[in-house]
Amino acid sequence: MDFSNTEEQQMLQESVQKFVHKSYDFDTRNQIIASEKGFSQENWDLFGELGWLTVPFNEEDGGFGGSAVDLVVMMEEFGKAMLVEPFIATAVLAGSVISKQGSAQQKAELLPKIMEGKMQLACAYAEQGSRFNLAHIKTSATVTGDTVVLNGSKTAVLNGSNAEILLVVARESGATTDSEGISVFMVDAASAGISIQAFANVDGKKSAEISLIDVSVPVSQRLGSSGTALQALQDSVDRATLAVSAEAVGAMESLLHKTVEYSKTRKQFGTAIGTFQALQHRMADMFIECQLARSIVIMAAMKLDGGEDAIEKTKSISAAKSRIGKAIQKVGQEAIQIHGGIGMTEELDVGHLFKSVTAAEIMFGNTDFHSQRFASL
Amino acid sequence: MIGAVLARNNRRFTLNADFTAEELQFEIEVREFLQNDFPAEYREKVDAGIRLSKDELVHWQKILYKKGWAAPNWPAEDGGTGWTATQKHIFATEMGLIGAPEPVPFGMKMVAPVIMAYGSDEQKQRFLPDILESNVWWCQGYSEPNSGSDLASLKTSAVRDGDEYVVNGSKTWNTYGQYADWIFCLVRTDTSVKKQEGISFLLINMKTSGITLKPIVLLDGHAEVNEVFFDDVRVPVNNLIGEENKGWTYAKVLLTHERTNISGVPRGKRRLAALKRLAGNTDDGFGGTMLADAAFKMKLAEVEIELQALEYSELRTLAALSVGKAPGPESSILKIVGTELAQEMDEMFVDLAGYNCLPFVPEQFEDGFQGEAIGPGNTAAAALTYFNNRKLTIFGGSNEIQRNIISKAVLGL
Repeated sequence: MDFSNTEEQQMLQESVQKFVHKSYDFDTRNQIIASEKGFSQENWDLFGELGWLTVPFNEEDGGFGGSAVDLVVMMEEFGKAMLVEPFIATAVLAGSVISKQGSAQQKAELLPKIMEGKMQLACAYAEQGSRFNLAHIKTSATVTGDTVVLNGSKTAVLNGSNAEILLVVARESGATTDSEGISVFMVDAASAGISIQAFANVDGKKSAEISLIDVSVPVSQRLGSSGTALQALQDSVDRATLAVSAEAVGAMESLLHKTVEYSKTRKQFGTAIGTFQALQHRMADMFIECQLARSIVIMAAMKLDGGEDAIEKTKSISAAKSRIGKAIQKVGQEAIQIHGGIGMTEELDVGHLFKSVTAAEIMFGNTDFHSQRFASL
Repeated sequence: MIGAVLARNNRRFTLNADFTAEELQFEIEVREFLQNDFPAEYREKVDAGIRLSKDELVHWQKILYKKGWAAPNWPAEDGGTGWTATQKHIFATEMGLIGAPEPVPFGMKMVAPVIMAYGSDEQKQRFLPDILESNVWWCQGYSEPNSGSDLASLKTSAVRDGDEYVVNGSKTWNTYGQYADWIFCLVRTDTSVKKQEGISFLLINMKTSGITLKPIVLLDGHAEVNEVFFDDVRVPVNNLIGEENKGWTYAKVLLTHERTNISGVPRGKRRLAALKRLAGNTDDGFGGTMLADAAFKMKLAEVEIELQALEYSELRTLAALSVGKAPGPESSILKIVGTELAQEMDEMFVDLAGYNCLPFVPEQFEDGFQGEAIGPGNTAAAALTYFNNRKLTIFGGSNEIQRNIISKAVLGL
């Protein structure tokens, strides 16, 4: 049994820490969010140079190995600093969909570009009414000869406004919630018939509402075979779920740390508020939540990398997401409460951490959704 | 260049919770021993919630002793097993999964390490073999009516008179003192100094004149604990462990032992499995079972998830210990979460029992009861277990004290 990081994981962790320390303070982050793209291309180029974008990919795909543990190590550090660069959207989610569903040729075309930092993508899966059910797809794909016509609308598309290529999940056949009949199409974001409404999410990351009206795409842009994409989508979303959970673990650690430090310096009634036992106990509970959250994310990463069967792996993702969701509410809410009034301000970073983790709780299925999925497997 | 900064050589996916081949072999060995040698009738009693008698507990402890496995936490040269931290974990897990009781802790896990660390050679020879063989039953004399969480404020006094101490005072929450041969006590030997600095560690024979026990019946109807009164009890000076007035230090050092395998994860797994079975056998009143009830199912899932989070927290602690890191305050997390989770499961057993847990028939958990159980799966035990387990968050350092420890030792508050 070995829970210590490898040398490479250690290096990876330190490399993100160094980057954050040098180039990602709170003010810088605010400026990046306020920019047109909502992320820093310069940073993205650096991620490419540093090889970070290869971490989610298998060796066969030319990546660093695709270990879930490696990813978790990185994402924790991303989360501590609330990085808004679309790592999960492009490298984890979209990258994984291409890797699992794409043909050898499609993979060879796209994955190197992603890993080199030369391409932004987004996976458009969720729709109004689908809530967290990935199989709930109304967006239609009608094939005539060599052309597919897509019609429908997508919501909450992470990185949707920056993507050159949208991976659009659409239904070629079957009823709205059938597992069969779902495909993924690579769609040029500049295609006629696509309209994209962008906005910044509460966590500073950018997403978009996308509508597709008679969007015409060559059939060769279908990833892999027709109607078979749900499993690959599910597995990719599971990976992204783990990534976002690890980000939240990092962010919660920041929330705890800042709360404890604040309580040591903030004085009222002639003493630091950190001397009040009621607050001490609540911070002790925050600490416990952080530890349990970390433990279960590590468990899920280990199981994903290990020899468990597919159901065990899926269960472990839901276990992690369910548990961190609970931790997020507790740690996030308590952090604001203990900071008092200033915790409510845009100006202080604590509120942004709270908003970050709140978004994470919702992403890819909230606590109850995952408790239920765990129970049903 | 892709991956230029990230060099890759002999990559291993670390972070594995895998046991080595030897550890797996050991796991099989322990499991087989327990299957064969933990008496089936005791197993049935444990499953039915029937209390094992003192004789039965001692009988089982002696079986462990014969195997050489009675004292995993003792040094090998004193009769311990010489196991690694992982082996101890495997053993505790297997014991928990089958429901085999660990030896009563007061002798094996509490007084013995203190005697080993601070006792004289004569004391070691006098006391340790009988503890190891379960010939002698020990109980603890710590808490007092006015000294619970603030244990250092204890007042039971030991005044030196010639070659004896004269002990006066009372102890409370003394578990199973009615069966005990000896008691280890924290007593006050100096009232003029700071409270922690005037306490001594004294061993007292329960048959000594002047000791009386008063049973305390708890909410489940069982006299699990006692008040112990000391009325001019004369104790030979060579029953003092170590130096006078150093007892508090000795007791605290004891607390740094047993930092893992305290979360109750194996027992939790057993109970979770029992909960699922019971739920499948419990009617919901609408034609289905409680296992399919949406709310109950969710709670089951969340409890199972919490158990996994706890298990991996314990494994992380174990892994850190295995590579030589000193035990730290993370055991407070294990204690807090383990006890609160156990209590949540108690609530779910009560939930399943419905009306069946209302009858208060404590004697049905004593051996030899002739009456009938009510409802599926001994649901009558549910309320009593729930009541009795409120103590989990109170004793062993209350969960409030544990949170104080985290606040100070971890968060620096």
